Amino acid sequence: MPGLKEMRALCDRLVALVLALGVFAAAVATSRATPYDDALARFTADSFAETIEGINRLVASGNPLAAIVIGALQDGRLFFSAATKRVFIKDTSERWLDAADGRPIVGAAPADLAPVRLNNRLRGIVAAALGSLTLMSPDPARRLEAARAVFKSHDPNALPALDQAIAKETDARVKQALLEARASVILYLDSASDPDKIEAIGMIRQRGDQEALALLGGLPGSTSAPVKKAAAEAIASIENGLAVWAALQNMWYGLSLGSVLLLAAIGLAITFGVMGVINMAHGEMVMLGAYTTFVVQEVIRARQPALFDYSLAIAIPAAFVVAGTVGILVERGIIRFLYGRPLETLLATWGLSLILQQSIRTAFGPTNKDVGNPSWMSGAFELGQITITNNRLWIIVFTLLVFAGLLGLLRFTRLGLEMRAVTQNRAMAASMGIRTSRIDALTFGLGSGIAGLAGVALSQIDNVSPNLGQGYIIDSFMVVVFGGVGNLWGTLLGAFTLGIANKFLEPYAGAVLGKIIILVLIILFIQKRPRGLFALKGRAVEA
Amino acid sequence: MHTNIAAVAKRPSARRLLAATAGLAFGLAAAALPAQAQDTIKVGVLHSLSGTMAISETTLSDVMRMLIEQQNKKGGLLGKKLEAVVVDPGGGPNWALFAEKARELITRDKVAVVFGCWTSVSRKTVLPVFKELNNILFYPVQYEGEESERNVFYTGAAPNQQAIPAVDYLMSKDGGEAKRWVLAGTDYVYPRTTNKILEAYLKQKGVAESDIMINYTPFGHSDWQTIVSDIKKFGSAGKKTAVVSTINGDANVPFYKELGNQGVKATDIPVVAFSVGEEELAGVDTKPLVGHLAAWNYFQSIKTPINQQFIGEWKEFIKNPKRVTNDPMEAHFIGFAMWVKAVEKAGTTDPDKVIDALPGIEAPNLTGGTSTMLPNHHISKPVYIGEVRADGQFDVVWQTPGLVPGEAWSKYLEGSKDLVADWVTLKCGNYNTVTKKCGGS
Repeated sequence: MPGLKEMRALCDRLVALVLALGVFAAAVATSRATPYDDALARFTADSFAETIEGINRLVASGNPLAAIVIGALQDGRLFFSAATKRVFIKDTSERWLDAADGRPIVGAAPADLAPVRLNNRLRGIVAAALGSLTLMSPDPARRLEAARAVFKSHDPNALPALDQAIAKETDARVKQALLEARASVILYLDSASDPDKIEAIGMIRQRGDQEALALLGGLPGSTSAPVKKAAAEAIASIENGLAVWAALQNMWYGLSLGSVLLLAAIGLAITFGVMGVINMAHGEMVMLGAYTTFVVQEVIRARQPALFDYSLAIAIPAAFVVAGTVGILVERGIIRFLYGRPLETLLATWGLSLILQQSIRTAFGPTNKDVGNPSWMSGAFELGQITITNNRLWIIVFTLLVFAGLLGLLRFTRLGLEMRAVTQNRAMAASMGIRTSRIDALTFGLGSGIAGLAGVALSQIDNVSPNLGQGYIIDSFMVVVFGGVGNLWGTLLGAFTLGIANKFLEPYAGAVLGKIIILVLIILFIQKRPRGLFALKGRAVEA
Repeated sequence: MHTNIAAVAKRPSARRLLAATAGLAFGLAAAALPAQAQDTIKVGVLHSLSGTMAISETTLSDVMRMLIEQQNKKGGLLGKKLEAVVVDPGGGPNWALFAEKARELITRDKVAVVFGCWTSVSRKTVLPVFKELNNILFYPVQYEGEESERNVFYTGAAPNQQAIPAVDYLMSKDGGEAKRWVLAGTDYVYPRTTNKILEAYLKQKGVAESDIMINYTPFGHSDWQTIVSDIKKFGSAGKKTAVVSTINGDANVPFYKELGNQGVKATDIPVVAFSVGEEELAGVDTKPLVGHLAAWNYFQSIKTPINQQFIGEWKEFIKNPKRVTNDPMEAHFIGFAMWVKAVEKAGTTDPDKVIDALPGIEAPNLTGGTSTMLPNHHISKPVYIGEVRADGQFDVVWQTPGLVPGEAWSKYLEGSKDLVADWVTLKCGNYNTVTKKCGGS
C-alpha cells in the first residue's frame, strides 16, 4: 500500500511544519528579539558562563555594533542594569551609550549599573573574539593586534575572515602577521591536510620566538606522526636560535643590574672611597631621594597632573638638594667630630640610619608608597629576541650620565680640585688656603646628594618604603671595596663585573646560591688583592 | 618603697603631680601596674611597629586597639574594662626580642591573652615562652601549618585553606586549566613547606616532575629580570602555565613591576599569590597586574553588611579614608570575638579555663558566615580567589561552596599525613593515628 505510506509521510511532514511554525511564532511573540538583542541580554546575568555565551552569540550575530560592545567589555566599559535587563557602554568621553542601538541615552542612566565582570578565561575569549571581528579594521595597528590575537587563539572560525583579510591587506607587516595567524589556525585545524600543516610549521618556525615555541609545543595528541616530527624539528631549531639570544639577554640583565649597583654605590665611592668615612647611613640617603620623588609626584598629582611625565625630571634636582642638605647637616653635626675614629663613625652612622628610617616611618607611615612610572618609563620593546624594558634602559643611561657628571666635576671644577687636594694631603691643602672643613662638608654633601639621585631611579624599580636603603648598603660597600677604595673607575668596573657575574650565575645556581657564590668570590679576591681592582698608589695610600 | 609610691599614685592630685615629673613616671608606671590590674583586663598586642615587618604588622596593632576600644564601649568584659598593652618587638633580624617582649607582657604586665606575631620565625620564637608561662597567643596570619600547640590559636589560613583551593581553581576550567606550574617563593620556612605540600599535591593530581619549576629567592630580592624571563621561557612549552607565588613582603612590588614591564599578562600566565593583599597593593600601580590572582579568606571588596560596617569603623578609627582592610585584620576580628566569648563562657580570664572553653566557640566572620574554633586550634573559614582590579582591590571570581576547616597537619606530606591535632578529647597536638601515640612536644 504505497499510497497510504506516502500519505502518512506527507502528514508527518505537515505536522512537523505546523509545529515548527508554531514554535517560531511563539518565539517571535514572546521576545521578538534579534540574535543581537538576545546576545546582549546574556550580559545582564552576572555569570561568567552566560557572558561567554553572550560573546559567542554577539560574534555570530554579524551586527556591526558587536566589535564595539566586545571592545568595551575588554576595557571594562561595559555595564549592565540587572533591574531593566539592559546593557550600556561608557564611551571614552564618559557618555552612556545604549548597547542596543549604539546611541547616547536620553536622560539619566539606571541607578543599579554594574560593570560586566571578566576573569582570565573570559579575557582570552574576548581577545580572540575581538581579533576575528577587527581583522578588517581600517586602522593597521588594530589589524596587527587582531592578527596577533588570532595567532594565539588559533580559532578555526576565524579562517574565512583571515582569508578575506589576507586578500585585501596592503601593509606588509600586517600581512605577515595575518599569514602567521592563518598558519596557526591551519596547524590546529583537524580537517587540514598534513602537507598544509607542515607548510604552516615552516611559516611559524620563521618567527623563532617563544610564542612560536608555545604554539608548536601545544599540538594536540591526535596530530599525525609526520606533522609531529616537523614540529619537533622546528622546536629544536627555534630553541637553538633562542640559546644565542639568551646569552645576550643575560648580558643585558647583567648590565642593568650593574648599573643599579653602580648608582647605589657611586655616592658611597665619594663618602667612603674618597673621604674614608664608613657611612652606614648611605642607604638612607638613597631612601630620602626616593621619598622626595614620592612627595614631588604627590604635589604634581594634586596641582599639575599634566606635568606628571616630567615628575622625575623635577624630582632629580629636588632629591639631590634634600639628600645633599641632610648629608651636610650630618657631616657638620656628627661626622666631623669623629674623623680618624672609624669604629665610632661606623656606630654613629648606623644609629643615624635607624633614626632616619624610623622618622620616615613616623612621618609617612610604614607602608609602601606608590611612586608612578611616567609613560616613557613603562613597557618594553623587543630587540631581536631579547626584551628590553624601558625603565632599565633609562636607568643605565641615567647612571652613566651621573657617573660622567661626577668625573667632570672632580676633574674640571674648582670644587673638584679642592676636594682632590684635601683628600691627597690635608695639611698641604690647608696651608694653600683651602678651608678644609668646608670642603669636607661639601664632599660629604655631594656623596649624599648623589645617593639621593640614586633614590629617584630606584623608586622606579623597587618599592618605596623606609627599608629601601637597607637592601643596597651591603651591595654598595661590596662594589666600592671590590673596585678599589678611592677610585671611581674601579667602582664602575666593579659594579658591572658583579652585575654581569651575578646574572650569569643566576640561571645555573639560582638567586640565593648565586649571591653566596659572588660573596665567596669577593672574599677570595680581597685576600689576594686587599685594595681591590684598582689600588691607589703613592702617598694617598697612607693618608 | 614600691607600695609607698603606689599608694601615693592612687591619690588623683598626687598622681597628676607625679606624672608631670617625666623622669619618675617610668618607674612609677611599672610600680602602679599591679594595683591597676584589679580594675582592667589586659590584652597584649605583640606586633612590630619598627623594622622591616612594620609595613605589615602596624596595621594589625592598630586594629587590635580599635577592637579593644569597641569592646569597652560595649561595656568591657566580665564587668571590667579591657586595656591594650602595645609593645614593639622590632621587625627582626633580632627575633629573640619577640620572646623577650612576650615574657615582659606576661610576667610584668600580667596580660590575659596576647594577639601577635606575623612571621613564622617570630611565632616559633615565642612558643616556649607561652608554654612555660602558660598564656594564650592568637596568631592571625596564613602560615605553613605542621603545628598545633595548646597555647596557640591559629586564626589565619592553614595550607588547606589557601594554597590547595588556589591550585584547584587554576586547574578548573574557569581558572584556565593550568598544566604547568611555577612555584616561586622567598627562601624561608613558609614558602618551602607550602611548596613541598603543593608539589606533593600536584604530583598526586598527575602533574609530571618536568612540569613543575621551583624557584627560591632571598628576602627583599629586587632584581627579577632573570626569573621573570625564566618563567616566560617555562611558559612557552605549549601547555597552560600558572605561577603560584609565596614571595614575601617587599619583594613582591619589584616582581610585579617586572612582570608588567616584560608583558607577562594574566591571560597568558596567571600569578596567584598567597602573601599579596590590599595592603601590599597599596604601593603599586596595579594597572599592568589586572587579572593576576590572590587567594585569601577575606577581601575588602566583599559586600556584606558586617564588612561594610567594619571598613567604615576602621577608616574612622585610623582617620584616613584611603586605608584598606585585609585578611589578617579579619583574622584578628574573628580571634578577638572568639576570645571574648570564651572568657564570658568560662567566667574568668584564667588561661587554662579559656583554652578549654575556646574549641567550639563560634564567631561571625566578615564575609557573612560563622567561623568555629576547632579542636585543633585552627578555625573554619571560606576560601576566596580574587583578581586584581585596576583600583588595587580584588574582584572575587571563585569561592569554596562552604567553610573549610583548617588542618594543622597536611595530608600530602609523608611526615604528617598520619598526624592529627585534637586538644579536646585527645589532648594532643600531634597524635599519630597509626601508632596511636601522642608525639608530645
